Amino acid sequence: MWFFLELIANGIAVGGVYALIALGFVLIYKATSIINFATGEFMMIGAYFFYTFMVMLGLPAIPSFLLVMLGSAALGFAVERAILRHMLGQPTISIVMVTIGLSSILLGLAELIWTSDFKNFPPLFPRAPIIMGEVVIRSNFFWGFVIAMAAVVVFALLFKYAKVGVAMRATANDQMSAFSMGINVRTMFTVAWSMGAIAAALGGLIIGNIGGIQPTLGMVGLTIFPVVILGGLDSIAGAVVGGFIVGIVENLAGGYLHEYVPGDVKELAPFVVLVLILLIKPYGLFGKEEIERL
Amino acid sequence: MRIGDYKVSYGADEAVFRTGTVRVWMIVLFLAMAVFPFWAGDYLLYMANLTGIAIVAAVGLNILTGAAGQISLGHAAFVGIGAYTSAILITKLGLPFIICLPLSGLSAALFGVIVGAPSMRMKGLYLCIATLAAQVIFEYLFKNWESLTGGIRGINVPAPTIFGFEFNNEFRFYFITVPVVIIVVTAARNLFRTRVGRAFIAIRDRDFSAQLMGINLFRYKLYAFALSSFLAGVAGCLWVNFIKIVTPEHFPLHESIRYLAMIIVGGLGSVLGSIFGAIFMTIIPEVLKSMLNIVSAFSPDAMAYLSPLQTVVFGLLIVVFLVFEPHGLAEMWRRVKDYFRLWPFEH
Amino acid sequence: MAILSVEDLSLSFGGLKVLSEVGFAVEDGDIFAIIGPNGAGKTSILNCIGGFYRPQKGKVIFEGSDITRRSPDRRAALGLARTFQNIALYRGMTVLDNIKLGAHAHLHTGLLKGLLYWGPAAREEMALRQEVEEDIIDFLEIEAIRKLPVASLAYGLQKRVELARALAMRPKVLLMDEPVAGMNAEETEDMARFILDIKEERGITIVIIEHDMNVIMDISDRVSVINFGQKIAEGTPDEVQAHPEVIKAYLGEKRD
Repeated sequence: MWFFLELIANGIAVGGVYALIALGFVLIYKATSIINFATGEFMMIGAYFFYTFMVMLGLPAIPSFLLVMLGSAALGFAVERAILRHMLGQPTISIVMVTIGLSSILLGLAELIWTSDFKNFPPLFPRAPIIMGEVVIRSNFFWGFVIAMAAVVVFALLFKYAKVGVAMRATANDQMSAFSMGINVRTMFTVAWSMGAIAAALGGLIIGNIGGIQPTLGMVGLTIFPVVILGGLDSIAGAVVGGFIVGIVENLAGGYLHEYVPGDVKELAPFVVLVLILLIKPYGLFGKEEIERL
Repeated sequence: MRIGDYKVSYGADEAVFRTGTVRVWMIVLFLAMAVFPFWAGDYLLYMANLTGIAIVAAVGLNILTGAAGQISLGHAAFVGIGAYTSAILITKLGLPFIICLPLSGLSAALFGVIVGAPSMRMKGLYLCIATLAAQVIFEYLFKNWESLTGGIRGINVPAPTIFGFEFNNEFRFYFITVPVVIIVVTAARNLFRTRVGRAFIAIRDRDFSAQLMGINLFRYKLYAFALSSFLAGVAGCLWVNFIKIVTPEHFPLHESIRYLAMIIVGGLGSVLGSIFGAIFMTIIPEVLKSMLNIVSAFSPDAMAYLSPLQTVVFGLLIVVFLVFEPHGLAEMWRRVKDYFRLWPFEH
Repeated sequence: MAILSVEDLSLSFGGLKVLSEVGFAVEDGDIFAIIGPNGAGKTSILNCIGGFYRPQKGKVIFEGSDITRRSPDRRAALGLARTFQNIALYRGMTVLDNIKLGAHAHLHTGLLKGLLYWGPAAREEMALRQEVEEDIIDFLEIEAIRKLPVASLAYGLQKRVELARALAMRPKVLLMDEPVAGMNAEETEDMARFILDIKEERGITIVIIEHDMNVIMDISDRVSVINFGQKIAEGTPDEVQAHPEVIKAYLGEKRD
């Protein structure tokens, strides 16, 4: 029983981080209809930014953290202005491939700048694990979860109440009418990319803090696809729920199935779940099926 | 110069090579391909074989993704299925290469249909993500179904023999690769002259109205999946018989992306584009390598940057083509041809 | 005899009622017009006939047999062709290929024969090319543009190519959704002439939706008026024009 609870607890902790990253992904998709295959690389670059500020430049943790957010926002901004702006109205395949190309560029650049050596953050949080009954959660997981949840709440509030958030929702809902209401739709695209990049960078930072950083850290980004398919590509609440589900499924599969199934079940399980869901509901669990017109 | 585009029958107008000039150039090309192996060294022949195999796979993907508009992030997995099928048939059943070649294609096509059939109800991004899942799951199976695939150690395969003749080096294998490429390219080009090819494009452009035009969406999407994975399987069989070993790390997601990059850079939906793209994406990393080789004369550790540079350039190529030349090399080629059509008498 | 009839057709999306109990019969060889204000459900009727929408209630009967449960591609093969309000040509293909595509259901080349091309597939393509050229391209006067990609054509020409594609479907009944919308006077006149020719020379029955009343009143044999998803009148053009319900729907009620 305690084993089960521990798996669930760890699943929730990791799931919170997935939720945050998926939220960034969904923000971008909602506002611009672009699915960002470079999410993982945005995470990785965010983690390296933190490493640069804190370890290479020796800044304290909090300013480094703020600089990471600024740097990622700038990255999102640059990417949107330089590349994605030109892709409006292009077919799906082009939009998918342009973000895949982008991920390759970022991966290569990271290797050129920071080399492919394994790097670690200095300890940021108290070492002692969190213990509840017989459930043990590693401190980095716990604090990562706390930060991720805080960020999710801030993003959700921003999206719901702040002027820019309302404008973004309007844009997501109907670009044309948002435009005619005086919302600068293009600015909204840029804002969405910056916010998406920040969310991903925070996620990358937390994951880097747990397992160290390498250019291939972005591979974790693949797990975002099961998350967003579970939650529906355009639902923020769905992304959060999907994050937790995937985190828990992953840990349960890793905990119970690894004796019976060879290899890395933990990584495989979310994709098996994804396939099962798509078989039953081809538009995802919460995705909406549109009425087609002729 | 290529003017005089005058025809007296519909047949002449429907021909693939429509003018005498084009036919002459085709003969020159075939002659060059026949002479090439006698002139080229092992390295060039090695590259030529790899390029030919990539062309077969890229033509397959271009039928599914470029023409029929169904995005697949799992093409490498189907190449892998072909490679493993071939390796297993050869080592466990001792079947000859010439029988393994179509069987590998059929086996990949079967899996293509298994993945494709339930994907019929999905569209665009959802399909794209479903094929991503297929890629991840097949990769897992390659690695972990040890009794069948040999796990990470993989399977070793002997050099193929046809009628007692052993194709055991780059030079000899060239004479397997090239005919297969020619057959595949011709067949694909033919397909787009008939209702099947037209139906694919109709599905890509507007799948609802395609249905009202009498096209059975399910059947034709399935055709596209089957054909695309068949060609992937054939490419996989060629590949394993050329390299002589198959291991799971040969078919990662990145390889699927590389095939997508080929058809984007070459030209979506164009058979010629698949050829250009496969050649281009195979040559560029090598060009980069030789450039770094020159640089390393001045700064000795330049070669250390090869792999990340290749990654960056690979990404840049995709992005630059999508932004500036979305119809790829095939379109650039058409413009060059148009320019020379009346040259030097364009005025 | 009625070649196509619709009985008791009802369609709704979620709570939204689009059609309620619409019924009419189209005589063989007629031009049958469906008119009505925007959003009345006219295109939805065509979508139900073509099989793109599945009505909750009612029947579509074509040449005496119930086709309500048939798939759209089967209906196309039976002889129901369609042109669209918002042009639905395949932008990646030339005019010629777009037209050839219309003949899809009547061709036999399968995957393997297509890959081989030589022999039956080639013969079929040649016969098709001849039919398309001499029977359709000639008739609609689009020889000059047949090799061009459709995306490069002017709006009026695209509409004409769409008609050409529908003719290549060898239809018994042609469903036309606003064929002259957005055309200038000359293009409209051309299109009206083509529609009449199709009826008279080829004996194809035509169901047409159109807002241009002059065209409708000139060419149709029978007119059915739809408002808010219900049929409010049907008859010859003259009868319909005099019908009080129709005047009410179009001009609003007189207050006195």
